[in-house]
Amino acid sequence: MNNEEPDIFALYELMFYSRRFEEMVQELWDKGKIFGEMHMSLGEEAINAGVISHLVEGDAIALDHRGTSPLIMRGINPKKLLLELLGHPNGLCRGNGGHMHLFSKEHLVASSGIVGASGPAAVGFALASKYKKKQNIAIAFFGEGAANQSMMLSSLNLASAWNLPVLFVCKDNDVSITTPSKEVTGGNLTERAKSFGINGIELNGLDVEFVWQKCASIIDNMRKTMSPFFIVAKCIHKEGHLLGDSILRAQRSTIKESIERTGPLLKSLTRLKGASILKRGASIAKIMSLITKIGDQLKKRNDPLVLAKNKLKKNNEKLELIESKVNNQIETLIFDVMKTIEGDE
Amino acid sequence: MKKMSFDQAIESVIQQEMINDKNIIVMGEDVHTIRLNLFIQFGKERVISTPICEDAFLGAAVTAAMAGLRPIVEIMLVDFIGVAMDAILNHAAKVNFFSGNKWDVPLVIRSACGGGYGDGGQHEQSLWGWLAHIPGISVVVPSNPSDAGNLMLSAIQMNSPVIFLEHKLLSDLWLDSMAYGGRTTVNFDVPSAGKYSEVPTKWEDLLVGQLNVVKEGIDITLVSVGVGVHRCLEAAEILKDKNISCEILDLRWISPLDSSNIIRSVKKTGKIIVVDEDYKQFGLSGEISAILLENHVNFKYGRICTEGTIPFSRKLEDQVLPSAKKIVEKVVLMFEE
Repeated sequence: MNNEEPDIFALYELMFYSRRFEEMVQELWDKGKIFGEMHMSLGEEAINAGVISHLVEGDAIALDHRGTSPLIMRGINPKKLLLELLGHPNGLCRGNGGHMHLFSKEHLVASSGIVGASGPAAVGFALASKYKKKQNIAIAFFGEGAANQSMMLSSLNLASAWNLPVLFVCKDNDVSITTPSKEVTGGNLTERAKSFGINGIELNGLDVEFVWQKCASIIDNMRKTMSPFFIVAKCIHKEGHLLGDSILRAQRSTIKESIERTGPLLKSLTRLKGASILKRGASIAKIMSLITKIGDQLKKRNDPLVLAKNKLKKNNEKLELIESKVNNQIETLIFDVMKTIEGDE
Repeated sequence: MKKMSFDQAIESVIQQEMINDKNIIVMGEDVHTIRLNLFIQFGKERVISTPICEDAFLGAAVTAAMAGLRPIVEIMLVDFIGVAMDAILNHAAKVNFFSGNKWDVPLVIRSACGGGYGDGGQHEQSLWGWLAHIPGISVVVPSNPSDAGNLMLSAIQMNSPVIFLEHKLLSDLWLDSMAYGGRTTVNFDVPSAGKYSEVPTKWEDLLVGQLNVVKEGIDITLVSVGVGVHRCLEAAEILKDKNISCEILDLRWISPLDSSNIIRSVKKTGKIIVVDEDYKQFGLSGEISAILLENHVNFKYGRICTEGTIPFSRKLEDQVLPSAKKIVEKVVLMFEE
């Protein structure tokens, strides 16, 4: 990719591959082939693609618990990645790590399931780069919920005080797990970064072309100055905080599930002692609005893939070619992986 | 007798105590959803959702407790307590001593712990031994709904910091959100009696630091806590057919530890196996052997613990965590020696 104009087809291919890969992961998780929690990047693809396509060899990425898509886009072997999510001994981390603890030494990519841990991790990668007199930068991916974690705030200070090439990329979907982020966040995040002496911008993280263009100049400049930068990119989480998200389940629930859910709700509404009935009504209203809000977020805002696709419709033939190529790759991959697994049994 | 789930029992006690004492507040990430009933009943002034910043809100809870509140703070998973360790290690645990025992910190820290559902070593640790290492902190780990309720009452009534650990395999909430996620395609070794069983008609605070003799026996003492107690019960059933009678002790409290009742039991059986889901080295299992040695008890000793970082892969995870099968093998081996 040249640094002047984005190749939207190439970016779309990255995003589409990541989307198809994660949809396959979702299916395997639904079928019970993958255990534990599963946090997806569905809805974050434009940010991942728009940032990661600018990286060169030696650049580092500190990831949070949504690492699958960034790893795919960074070029980690997808078969090894999928086998890891399946807990297979031939997986990227021999089945030890799983989706929240993915590591690739050769790509300088490290994940953590501890909220906010990508801040200090990126600072350390950047310190090593500067010490070795390289021109490599380090990315910290995290959510706006993690922006309130003390270690993230201290990382802003470290990156600024030591003048290190860390690109802080805050993916903001407005909700910290199930808490509306505005209610637990003081001030404004880019202003915060600025108060630490780090330049920052807020951008639409659903538009891959826009993210790519902005990051082209930001990252180019970072390599020259070897100093930090802060981005807040708005996005959505199509599957909520994690697969099987209880708020999304409530929103999508059947009548039976709604009754099961409102059963205890009504009980606490009518229990004799506690807050006034008025206050209890307000509490219920808050929960209901939260459920609606998270659901609406998915309806009102555009899917980054749909947005990118709309821009490419002028060359439908090429678009279809890309999609069928990716679909074939994914099909081959799943076939290959299943063969490996069955081979063990 | 009525029945309750593990979660319901704890909630029922907190509800009761929040009505009795207006100084009790609940604080933690997402408590308006994970403790929905409390949130609706007591409102946002008393059930306070925090930002994701464990060190800051736990640190704040310590002084809020010093200033007259009685906070129940949720650290979602005990693994995340690492972020807030300073508030526990250097503050909650020290204030009473440093103040010449003049200032109390009535604080309950609730946290989910334990593995067995495939989440990996950053989300499935037990850590009670690590926490109990610190003087000035009590650590309690209930194994069933009745104990969970009664022990929560004890914890709330104490005037010093208590860490209350809830094993995820016993909790509907954590099983549903972290292990099943609405799926019916996965299964875990959930001890049903630990998750849902009889509870007393009236909650009564249990003596702090007193263990529970779950099953009396004469040949060997099995000591455990949390889900491990159920693994011991399962093993004891199998061992009964081999004519080995197991005495099972549910410690309930890691700290303070009920040394005298452990000593009494091992003096009787002459054999002990500690089943500890926490790490093997420098922990509960070693502490128990030291206490027995210090008290000149003659005994054969074994332990089944988590021996390294818990792997994500379910297959590998099962090899690392204690199980009924491992207990049976170890006991049989001890009797063959």
